Amino acid sequence: MNDIGWIDAVLTAARPQAMGALLRYFRDLDTAEEAFQEASLRALKTWPQNGPPRDAAAWLIFVGRNAAMDDVRRRAKQVALPDEAAISDLDDAESELADRLDGEQYRDDILRLLFVCCHPELPATQQIALALRIVCGLSVKQIARAFLVGEAAMEQRITRAKARIGDAGLPFETPGAVERAERLATVAAMIYLVFNEGYSAPSKEAKTRAILAEEGIRLVRLLLRVFPQEPEVMGLAALMLLQQARASARFDDKGGIILLEDQDRSLWDDKRIAEGLALIDKAMRHRRPGPYQVQAAIAALHARARRAADTDWAQIDLLYANLERLQPSPVVTLNRAVAVNKVRGPAAALEMLESLGAKLSSYFYFHGVKGALLQQLDRRAEARTAFDRAIALANTPAEAAHIRQHLDHLGKESA
Amino acid sequence: MLYAILCYNSEAAIGAWSKEYHDETMARLHVVNDKLARQGRLGPVARLLPTTAATTLRKGREELVIDGPFAETKEQLLGFYIVDCASLDEAIATAKDLAKANPGTGSYEIRPVAELHNYQLAVERKPAA
Repeated sequence: MNDIGWIDAVLTAARPQAMGALLRYFRDLDTAEEAFQEASLRALKTWPQNGPPRDAAAWLIFVGRNAAMDDVRRRAKQVALPDEAAISDLDDAESELADRLDGEQYRDDILRLLFVCCHPELPATQQIALALRIVCGLSVKQIARAFLVGEAAMEQRITRAKARIGDAGLPFETPGAVERAERLATVAAMIYLVFNEGYSAPSKEAKTRAILAEEGIRLVRLLLRVFPQEPEVMGLAALMLLQQARASARFDDKGGIILLEDQDRSLWDDKRIAEGLALIDKAMRHRRPGPYQVQAAIAALHARARRAADTDWAQIDLLYANLERLQPSPVVTLNRAVAVNKVRGPAAALEMLESLGAKLSSYFYFHGVKGALLQQLDRRAEARTAFDRAIALANTPAEAAHIRQHLDHLGKESA
Repeated sequence: MLYAILCYNSEAAIGAWSKEYHDETMARLHVVNDKLARQGRLGPVARLLPTTAATTLRKGREELVIDGPFAETKEQLLGFYIVDCASLDEAIATAKDLAKANPGTGSYEIRPVAELHNYQLAVERKPAA
């Protein structure tokens, strides 16, 4: 029996809190990481015999802090390290420390740790890589594999990102209410990026990248645990869970895309759907709508429909109208057009697309949707032009193959 | 005597289990469940969604609806078993079997059941749907 499997999980789970506190203490990412690393090594040595401490995070902070300080002292004076027994026997110190760690500080530590990864000067991919390394504790190798790059390149990317953050100075003052809300929004956006990097991966890479979607869900749950009353955080968690619930129904055996309408809904993950629905229900009680909640509400309507034909498109149309107001964007309008097609027909939907042509002329989905609407209206030549344009813009072979099916269909109809 | 065995652990730690470790642990727990069921000693078993999905209603002159679990603790209530045991010793032995199948952090609270009502749901539901 693998009786230390639980230790990895406990270390991973305690990592954000421990790293957050160590970062506050040492004000330096590398020192904090080394301290946590050292504490983890000692945990692996002592926990199997002594059993887990009552509060793993407090233990790791205490041991990590001492180890790093010993290191500093040793470098200065070559003083011997305290022996292992002294370090593992820290029941009193541990509970005292745990008390002090509760509440606000714990929350701000974790928020800061997430926030340093979202420095505005860092490109999105570096933010994601940093969060996976520092907060989630993924190895450079794991991150490199998820991003389909070499280990050395990823190592360099992370080192560079850390240096940039160091130069910019870390935010150590306790944030005020406004600043906390801003940090929360920035962090939420970064977490969604992590998730999306896995979720929107093309089918061929979906398996390798699935880890990103899963880590995104772990991060949003972490954020929700420290901010349990923020409706937009609930909305974001709901959105990610509801989307990821469909993961195993989204591609066929050959990696082809299966549209929502055609998915085998028995493959959807009921547990994730239940959790997502519970969260969006909770969020909406607050009557403080935001873009994540609205998107989650749309995903919830799809999740609630046992068959594609049961989908409440009229409600989805209304929700997209809401989203257009909260977060105006041509892509949102394009999505709304899909709902409008179901409620009021292809002519009304096509009319909505008119105004988008200029902004979305190089957007694959725009031409795909336009082609499908034209096809429904039996305007075949125009449909073919739109599909051809979509194929030219396809980002992956699976996308191109999907559009080609439409073209084949057009061909058969006109034959 | 009926006992409720309430399972507590850190949700974050459970959430960090690898898929393999999760599957292995569940398989080991199923062995314990099956044995209890064969002995006719196992009643309802429930696994709860994370406390982040919980809502609390505080009673009082003004009722208060709060997001999250009743208490903020390091370990959360994750689920429970209802088991028929001849004695407290047997209940502890059962909890030990569960602990052996699912080692590490966390705890099992063994609570004698005062009353158990087996109401039937009108619709047979898959729990998560």
